[in-house]
Amino acid sequence: MNVMPRASQWEELIRPDRVHGSLYSDPAIFAAELQNIWYRGWVYVGHESEVPKANDYIVKSIGPQSVIMTRDEQGRVNLLLNRCSHRGNQVCSYEKGNARSFTCPFHSWTFANDGRLVGYAFPDGYEGQDKTQLALGRVTRVESYRGFVFGSFAAEGPTLREHLGGAIETIDRLVRTSPEGEVEITAGFLKHRVKANWKFILENECDGYHPAFVHSSIFGVAESSIGKLYGGASTALTRDYGEGHTEIDLRPEFRKRDVPMSWFGTTAERLPDYTARMNAAYGEKAAREIMIDGTPHVMIFPNLFIAEIQMFVIQPLAVDDSVQHVTALQFKGAPDLNRRLRQQTMGSVGPAGFLLADDSEMYERCHRGVLARNPEWIFLGRGEKRERTDELGFKVGHVTDEVPSRGIWRHYRNLMETR
Amino acid sequence: MLARESRTTLLDAVTAFIYREARFQDEHQYEAWEALWTDDGVYWVPANGDDIDPEKQMSIIYDNRSRIALRVRQLMTGKHFTQTPQSRLRRLVSNIELLDAQPGGDIVVGSNSMIFESSLRDDTVWAARNEYRLRHVDGELRMAYKKVALVNNEKALFTLSFLI
Repeated sequence: MNVMPRASQWEELIRPDRVHGSLYSDPAIFAAELQNIWYRGWVYVGHESEVPKANDYIVKSIGPQSVIMTRDEQGRVNLLLNRCSHRGNQVCSYEKGNARSFTCPFHSWTFANDGRLVGYAFPDGYEGQDKTQLALGRVTRVESYRGFVFGSFAAEGPTLREHLGGAIETIDRLVRTSPEGEVEITAGFLKHRVKANWKFILENECDGYHPAFVHSSIFGVAESSIGKLYGGASTALTRDYGEGHTEIDLRPEFRKRDVPMSWFGTTAERLPDYTARMNAAYGEKAAREIMIDGTPHVMIFPNLFIAEIQMFVIQPLAVDDSVQHVTALQFKGAPDLNRRLRQQTMGSVGPAGFLLADDSEMYERCHRGVLARNPEWIFLGRGEKRERTDELGFKVGHVTDEVPSRGIWRHYRNLMETR
Repeated sequence: MLARESRTTLLDAVTAFIYREARFQDEHQYEAWEALWTDDGVYWVPANGDDIDPEKQMSIIYDNRSRIALRVRQLMTGKHFTQTPQSRLRRLVSNIELLDAQPGGDIVVGSNSMIFESSLRDDTVWAARNEYRLRHVDGELRMAYKKVALVNNEKALFTLSFLI
């Protein structure tokens, strides 16, 4: 398929229990995804704690596009395109900093950190020009939830809350791990590039079938108890929240263990300061429940993956080129927990991580694999017959079932069929 | 400072040590490589610059001695798929300098390296500034610290699963 796909093609390519390999490898499909997913729907961009002070900025992205997240002098968060309105030159060349304005090095056009054009060189050549028409481009809608900032290029459409839908509860659950109810993103990102389509990453995040095999090398030598969570006898669940959001819910296993902080492979006694702060903040009973349940393992479509102790942001660069940006989650008011979260994150993820080096190897091998034709389908039928609906109406299955992939593709098809 | 003659002798010994380490890495001699470390060894590959605080910011690798051992044990399982099959590797090490060699203290050594990796994905070139702290233990040189500052550590990097 080398032309822009027709709407009717999506139902041919995406079936209830299988999807066509070209969905991962066809450049025309990637172009259509940019238009229908990345440049229309809600996409996670950054966290408010990354620009804590007035005039702070940090360079982020939406798909291949560079986006500057700024906090202006009024304290508002802006998402500006890193593109001079004159000739398109990138106005910001540093990853982050503090600046009231950005001056384009090409012809010295200067923009305030809320995007306004405040001046250009030799202004007499622009007699009568309305400067407000030449502001930096901006992401049309910007909304945040509990500090997580999302952007959408569509002027109209679902609100962020509507987009998050049932998965919003996972973010509420996440921030409760902090005695002050806030996540902070302060440890810097590792950037891990893979020669693979972004959807291999998206689907793998809540694939509970692979850990027992892909990660057996590290589970074995580290004597980790994580492997059991993904075993045949596990009571953990996969869940499809709709809107493309998926979860691996490990709480049933952690509740069986009934040991606070077991989710993080430690005990409350080893984190006395954290435990005291949690008890003070939530009361002993609620604190104990939070510390048993742990943080969520949830993939917020299309690019924010909260993986218990760390957070990934998936960035597609091209049909076969993607970057995983990953950092340790940090919880406000929890310094002793945060130190361990950084240590564990550095060990497990990023280009040299014990876990992610092997996941990324699978992404790249899958990408090369799907270039084969006939058979050209990816089979996603695992657990289809034993799917059920939970008390809130979401589809759930065994932790190893492909409920998440099927949910992702159902939503994807809706998005791609919408003109 | 050491006398010129002993400095030359030391530089020879240090150079031989670094070449041997490079050969163990290129040839996946994991246990031999691990044996080069002191008991308090620290193996550090920073991200996003060369001088970040690894206690506060994410590094690509920031291993204490037990995590170095874990890294080696994972490689030896034969099921660490990113290294099954193993990358083919050859590296050039140059610009070896003694940066500090006080009698009785650790020997601080700088070097540059360029590594050619051939893996299933593709061929990749890695380049780095290396800083070592070496120490004599029972008459043999050992690594107490190795920092590998990749030239492109501010960018998105492909999987780095061999010993760098």
